[in-house]
Amino acid sequence: MQVHNFPGLFCDGVQLWRGDRHVLRGVSCALRAGEVLHVAGGNGAGKTTLLRVCAGLLTPEQGSVRWGSAPIAADRDAYVRAMTFLAHSDGLKAEFSARENLAYDAGLKQALASGAIDSAIARVGLGAAGDLPARALSAGQRRRLALARVLLAGAALWILDEPFTNLDAAGVEFVAEAIAVQAEAGGAVLFAAHQAPAIPRRAAQRLDLA
Amino acid sequence: MPRSTASAMLLVYRRDLLIAFRHWDQVAQPVVFFAMVTTLFPLAISPELGELRAIAGGVLWVAALLAALLGLEFLFRSDHADGTLEQMLLSGHPAALLALAKGAAHWSACGLPLVLVSPLLAMSLGVPAQALCTVALSLLLGTGILSALGAIGAALTLGLRRGSTLLSLLVLPLVMPALIFGARAVDLAIHGEPATGPLLLLAAMLIFVVTLAPLAVAAALRISVE
Amino acid sequence: MAWTWLHKLASPPHAYRIAGRLAPWFGWPAGILLVAGLYGGLVLAPPDYQQGEGFRILYVHAPSAWMSMLVYGTMATAAAIGLVWRIKLAHAVAAASAPIGAWFTFAALATGSLWGKPMWGTWWVWDARLTSELVLLFLYFGYLALRASIDDRERADRASAVLAVVGVVNLPIIHYSVNWWNTLHQASTLTKLGKPSIAGEMLWPLLAMILAFTLYYGAVMLVRLRAEILCRERDASWLRGELAS
Repeated sequence: MQVHNFPGLFCDGVQLWRGDRHVLRGVSCALRAGEVLHVAGGNGAGKTTLLRVCAGLLTPEQGSVRWGSAPIAADRDAYVRAMTFLAHSDGLKAEFSARENLAYDAGLKQALASGAIDSAIARVGLGAAGDLPARALSAGQRRRLALARVLLAGAALWILDEPFTNLDAAGVEFVAEAIAVQAEAGGAVLFAAHQAPAIPRRAAQRLDLA
Repeated sequence: MPRSTASAMLLVYRRDLLIAFRHWDQVAQPVVFFAMVTTLFPLAISPELGELRAIAGGVLWVAALLAALLGLEFLFRSDHADGTLEQMLLSGHPAALLALAKGAAHWSACGLPLVLVSPLLAMSLGVPAQALCTVALSLLLGTGILSALGAIGAALTLGLRRGSTLLSLLVLPLVMPALIFGARAVDLAIHGEPATGPLLLLAAMLIFVVTLAPLAVAAALRISVE
Repeated sequence: MAWTWLHKLASPPHAYRIAGRLAPWFGWPAGILLVAGLYGGLVLAPPDYQQGEGFRILYVHAPSAWMSMLVYGTMATAAAIGLVWRIKLAHAVAAASAPIGAWFTFAALATGSLWGKPMWGTWWVWDARLTSELVLLFLYFGYLALRASIDDRERADRASAVLAVVGVVNLPIIHYSVNWWNTLHQASTLTKLGKPSIAGEMLWPLLAMILAFTLYYGAVMLVRLRAEILCRERDASWLRGELAS
């Protein structure tokens, strides 16, 4: 089983405005190896914004996000390679099949053997639908495919925005289990969700943005 | 095993070409537009080949520019809408190089067909056979310049309403120099004179733009994705 | 240390106050120089031996054209500073300057056109200078249009900053190409809206006008900057205190 080397992700007093709205008001959090952090809050509370700041897509106006001891802006490329971000949108091309989507997307970060792609598709339960174009998949199936990408990347840090959306009970269980396994392997998971199931075998920290 | 940047660029190039082939109707639109606009001029001015030959350089270039502008919309729009653009920016490879790869693929699918069709349209405007090579060559360089500059505009106007009109507004002043030299090259060739001067200037412009534009595109993409 | 002074300057409350105090220092000299320059140019300077009285429009045309390019350069520099060092005030300066520059460009075009009528009998001529100014006007329009289409102020600032920098890099290329294009076609060699060979008594009003226009730009930009700051910081607490006093 893969063991990760994760130096820790720390937010220090992150402040961000979106236009006139003060979305993040001095948010601080700490995520170390083996931990799971659940960012909770209602609509518009800033969960997605915080996750995007941690992913390096947004720059906070004040405060910083540190990876280990250095801010992520210092060596963005290295940070991004050690991290996988699952956005609100699935990040799938409608005209590509599941296999092609993974090959051209997850495949950007690392050279993938086709065996690895097939086994990832099978792991998320899409074995039968592997060659259908993504537009033919249901919303839940598309979310599973997006998760397959996260699994394939094998990164130390997972940042997941609403990973449980559109999934049935089995899917939710699968994701929770995957998160637990990732934490057990020494990685870390930061995810945002309105409500989240319990993560098996560990207690997730909780950060409420209200 | 992490992928090298060169291999990632090739992957992005192949990916975008594959998408273009699956939407061949979108790829065909600029070519048809090019042909239609070129047809407008004989209708509007005169069917006399002699008169058309006098304005052929300008007409071909303007029509090609407008057609290429039309095709620019497709460069980032769909990737931005389904979230794959964001993932590309998070792949750990320099955004400028990935943008270069995307631009190259887009040019191969949208710009190159214009170049291939241009000799036919040039003949329809009375351009003599000796000048057809110059027509194609000047447009080869010109569509490349337009793709590079247009990518900046496309990246800046991502997701905006009526973005395509704004895109044209932003990009056209920047490509005017290319238009000046390109149309001049065709004119010289039509009159049997060597067009090497303007063509070399176009080539220099292309090199300049292809070197610097990806940096601007990368900056613009990061801004638009925020 | 120098940096703290600069950072202090870049903070909105300070910038707001300093801009307010500086503006009259630009405005009054601009007004005086304008009157002096106009008097010198329109009344004192002798008529040009080649163009007669018509050349006097140079005193408005040349400074306008000069300012249109100076303002674009300033706008692009401010935009680049805002982009690289993430200083919001720099973006505000760029935003405040753009419409002023666009108006200068329009004035250069209008006065160029007015000059053309008595000289060559047409309201418009594709002279190298006028064509360059026209393309510059398009660049300004593009900048203003991009700003206007983006709702999110930060994104508008940064996107238009990229556009301004791209524009300023292209400006010499456009200028050179238009000049070259103009020399190709014989008919337009008549048109030289450049400065006629200039004698001393014709020169000082021109310099006065250029300086006047520059100071005028400074004054107007500072006033617009204050308005920009008001707009951007309207919910800030320092502003409530400032306006109450």
